[in-house]
Amino acid sequence: MNNRVLSLVLSRLLIALITLVIVSFAVFFATTLLPGDTATILLGQAATPEAVEGLRKAMHLDDPAIFRFLRWIVGLLQGDLGTSYANDMPVADLIGGRFINTLKLAGVTALFSVPIALTLGISSAMLRGSLYDRIVTVMTIGVISVPEFMIATSAVLIFAVYLKWLPALSFANEIHSLSDMLRIYAMPVITLTFVISAQMIRMTRAAVIETLNTPYVEMALLKGASRPRMVLRHALPNALGPIVNAVALSLSYLLGGVIIVETIFNYPGIAKLMVDAVATRDLPLIQSCAMIFCLGYLLLITTADIIAILSNPRLR
Amino acid sequence: MTMTSSETTSERMTGSRFGYRFNIVGMIGLSVILFWAIVAIFAPLIIPYPVGEIVDLDYFGPMSADFWLGSDYLGRDMFSRILMGARYTVGISLAAVTIACFSGVVLGMIAAVAGGWLDTVLSRFLDALNSIPSKLFGLVVVAAVGSSIPVLILTLSVIYIPGSYRFARALAVNINAMDFVTVARIRGESTWYLIRSEILPNIVGPVLADLGIRFVFIVLLLSGLSFLGLGVQPPYADWGALVRENIGGLPFGAPAVMAPSFAIASLTISVNLLIDNLPKKIRDRSE
Amino acid sequence: MAKLVEIRDLKVEATTDSGRRVEIIKGVSIDIAEGEIVALIGESGSGKTTIALTLLGYARPGCRIAGGRVSLAGRDMVTLSEKQRAKVRGTEVAYVPQSAAAAFNPAATIMDQVIEVTRIHGLMTPEEARSRAVDLFRALSLPEPETIGSRYPHQVSGGQLQRLSAAMALIGNPKLVIFDEPTTALDVTTQIEVLRAFKSVMKQGGIGGVYVSHDLAVVAQIADRIVVLKGGEIQEAGTTDDILTSAKHPYTRELLAAFEPKPRQAFQAATAPAPLLKIDGLVAGYGQIQADGLPLVRAVENVSLKVEKGRNLGIIGESGCGKSTLARAIAGILPAAAGNIVFDGVKLDQSARQRSREQLREMQIVFQYADTALNPAKSVEDILARPLTFYHGMGAKARNARIDQLLDMVRLPRNLRHRQPGELSGGQKQRVNFARALAADPKLILCDEITSALDTVVAAAVIELLKELQRELGLSYVFISHDLSVVEAICDEIVVMYGGKKVEEITPAKVKAPQHPYSQLLFSSVPRLDPTWLDGLEQDPELVRAYCRR
Repeated sequence: MNNRVLSLVLSRLLIALITLVIVSFAVFFATTLLPGDTATILLGQAATPEAVEGLRKAMHLDDPAIFRFLRWIVGLLQGDLGTSYANDMPVADLIGGRFINTLKLAGVTALFSVPIALTLGISSAMLRGSLYDRIVTVMTIGVISVPEFMIATSAVLIFAVYLKWLPALSFANEIHSLSDMLRIYAMPVITLTFVISAQMIRMTRAAVIETLNTPYVEMALLKGASRPRMVLRHALPNALGPIVNAVALSLSYLLGGVIIVETIFNYPGIAKLMVDAVATRDLPLIQSCAMIFCLGYLLLITTADIIAILSNPRLR
Repeated sequence: MTMTSSETTSERMTGSRFGYRFNIVGMIGLSVILFWAIVAIFAPLIIPYPVGEIVDLDYFGPMSADFWLGSDYLGRDMFSRILMGARYTVGISLAAVTIACFSGVVLGMIAAVAGGWLDTVLSRFLDALNSIPSKLFGLVVVAAVGSSIPVLILTLSVIYIPGSYRFARALAVNINAMDFVTVARIRGESTWYLIRSEILPNIVGPVLADLGIRFVFIVLLLSGLSFLGLGVQPPYADWGALVRENIGGLPFGAPAVMAPSFAIASLTISVNLLIDNLPKKIRDRSE
Repeated sequence: MAKLVEIRDLKVEATTDSGRRVEIIKGVSIDIAEGEIVALIGESGSGKTTIALTLLGYARPGCRIAGGRVSLAGRDMVTLSEKQRAKVRGTEVAYVPQSAAAAFNPAATIMDQVIEVTRIHGLMTPEEARSRAVDLFRALSLPEPETIGSRYPHQVSGGQLQRLSAAMALIGNPKLVIFDEPTTALDVTTQIEVLRAFKSVMKQGGIGGVYVSHDLAVVAQIADRIVVLKGGEIQEAGTTDDILTSAKHPYTRELLAAFEPKPRQAFQAATAPAPLLKIDGLVAGYGQIQADGLPLVRAVENVSLKVEKGRNLGIIGESGCGKSTLARAIAGILPAAAGNIVFDGVKLDQSARQRSREQLREMQIVFQYADTALNPAKSVEDILARPLTFYHGMGAKARNARIDQLLDMVRLPRNLRHRQPGELSGGQKQRVNFARALAADPKLILCDEITSALDTVVAAAVIELLKELQRELGLSYVFISHDLSVVEAICDEIVVMYGGKKVEEITPAKVKAPQHPYSQLLFSSVPRLDPTWLDGLEQDPELVRAYCRR
């Protein structure tokens, strides 16, 4: 670790912080400044103008936008996520358990998909041009090209409707045994694994092939190195940065994929909560969920960038 | 100089025989795309049944000679609905991708050529925008302003401007560093000339391929939003909305559920195949 | 001496984009005796590297050995299985690449990579390998031989990496070492040390070698025999002395002729010399502007020079001496931080943006790489037409006629005008590049290393062209190069640069006796065609240490 690495890492963290501010700005303004008056929504179209006016005062809706934004941010920093419009519960309470559920789903998916994707990506790069490589490539293009709900519906058709191995819906609160858990998680995890692995396989394969084409790998070949040695010793250490980046980007895709998957399988996670909140136009809840997603995304991307910096041998 | 330079220069062609090579996979992709384009344009003329009319006695009917793709949850003809759905899916996506790529490429080239603070501010801002997951962005906007076709087009294009900008800027920065741009610059050429005449012709190929990829993303995102009920609203229905309407048929394995999905897949896979197998200009020695 | 290598009727095919097979090596036969060093010489595309690589049983992707025999110590590398070839690579035959900087894995230490061969083939224990590597480092006169191995490739200089790659090749005790243009990317002062090191370890070990190069003078120092190649065929082969003194083949003679110094006729000024360009105390660089108003990294420091009308100034120096930055500062691409630029009696603004169109027109710059200097999306016609419209406001008809004239001037066929740069050869591109500068009708052309990327014979022709055009048009050139012979051939005045500063200004007549120690070192380092030059060369080690970043 030297000064150059340290300053690179710090600047990366600073950029993440600036980005977070811009993002929170965007989320806040998208939800509150666009047409659609909050007080009217809350009270319904039939409310008297006086009632609307009263509520506007109470909620500080007439304050300049920048004050409302600052008040909101300060609240977030103090852990006050606001109160849900729909059922008057603190947003933090609504999110809590749901958030854990989503993390579980994402964690299990990552546990499966990362090893599978890296193995397939690296091996297809090693066997570039072979039948195996072509099959992997065609399948990944196929999976990337179709919507997540198609993979989910196909999984239901195959495993639940025709094979009858698994239930179509999942309820995370009814787990009584390990087999229950397997049955409940299987379908969402299979779907998500498919969706994000394809992305990861493609990017890993490209990263490894790029390093395999470098003069130093050719040099290793001319030193008499075997193919596995060329890949493991010479290509992989140099492809680490791009591969970590691919993993992080794909995992960030989980955030999007999870919205569809939680909806389709009725999984009580934070994404489902958010989709429901959109249906009821519950703005504080939407804002908080959106911030959690953006934070997760930034966390992943920044971690990947920092790992790439740390793994760059030229900076050692 | 790379190690291979001494050998690759021997492949440099000296003749001017032009030709393009277009393989069969690319051609299949192109034909499917053209098929859906024609369907989208002429859908009202070719549908066998009116899309809103209940024509089958059964709901979630199977495929038959009368109803090629079965019937939906109300007993409407699925085949007609899919043909009409092509209008929304293809039309909205095409409009969105055009806006996104046009804005992204123009901004990207300006940022690359101008450099300095303009470049920094633009890049920072669009990068930040990019770190909002796309479905989430869609959700938030729909929550705030509700869903209509113009809103959808605008939202989808805003979501994909940063990516297009980043791509075009990276390409343009590379070209901008080339000596021929320096030569033009110290000839005294204006920024507008540099962008139009020196940079644009050299990035137009990759930009078009990028447009294709982004089109696929937009089709998928639009379908996803519609599937969540946040996209195209009834009585209109794009392919994603058709899946949502008929999801109740899933336990029966009704064709109404899978058929729209296959329509989406056929379009997106074809675009990907076409991009991977674009016609190549043959660069060959013609001695 | 026993035969180590026997190449018989070797044919190599390459597959073009359209899937057509093209023969790039057309039946080549070469013998190499044990301990003999044979040079393969030729221009780019002559197939020299391709032939050398077949000795390792290897053809680059897209290429394929189509016929013939490559026998190395009795084994035919063509028919061996990939596994058997891997056994031979590194132990019997080893490879020293053109760019060691690219051939070292950036993620592993130098020592790990140098001794990797012994590990792959199980030749010795790691301890033995390490101590042998240190011995080799010492033999190759690398600094700090004990510890250099623990560094990463990016932490040592290019010249050192090149010698380290030789250590990597020699560790497995091969019978044959293939050198693929190993000194091409190095500065001349560095090249000497590397060549010496190669020569001494090869002779001591009695190792056979194949030395691939385009530079006849370099090859003359190290090779026993020379094979001249062109278009995948052998033009001529013979001992080094035979080739240098009594070459028979016209192509070989052409190569030799390109080395002949063609001193420029001294300029006979009819009138008193009038300064065209005068530069005073120019400072230019990169990075943040400091408190004193100068940039953080100063690539050019306080340089003053003068170019007379109709005369040429050469600026010579090694990589990183600031010569290209100087050219960019003069042209206003990189605005100078301090100093004056007076052109044709008028003080120019530092930045090209602030100069008038007429000022820009009168001073043109031509860049080294014609590949990047010509817009690949435009035809030759469009490239040449733009300055005609822009500066002279010519209509279509006048433009058309002028383009024909310009093509004639740079000796290109007129029908080339419809081609795009990608369809031209390197020499043709450089001529179009030059014609574009001529289209502006300039008074001064800044030539930044314009012959460096060209083959020797092609470069010589371009220089001749420049001289002719000067006679016809009364131009002045500022000629920037690292190659003394090029500068000598065309310039009336030579400025030597080192570390951003001008160290000396001399005339070609006095090149034999420069005053400044760095100029002496630089000029004495340029290889001569004489095979005894390297062995007889004596350089002050103090000087070498002071000026070379080896």
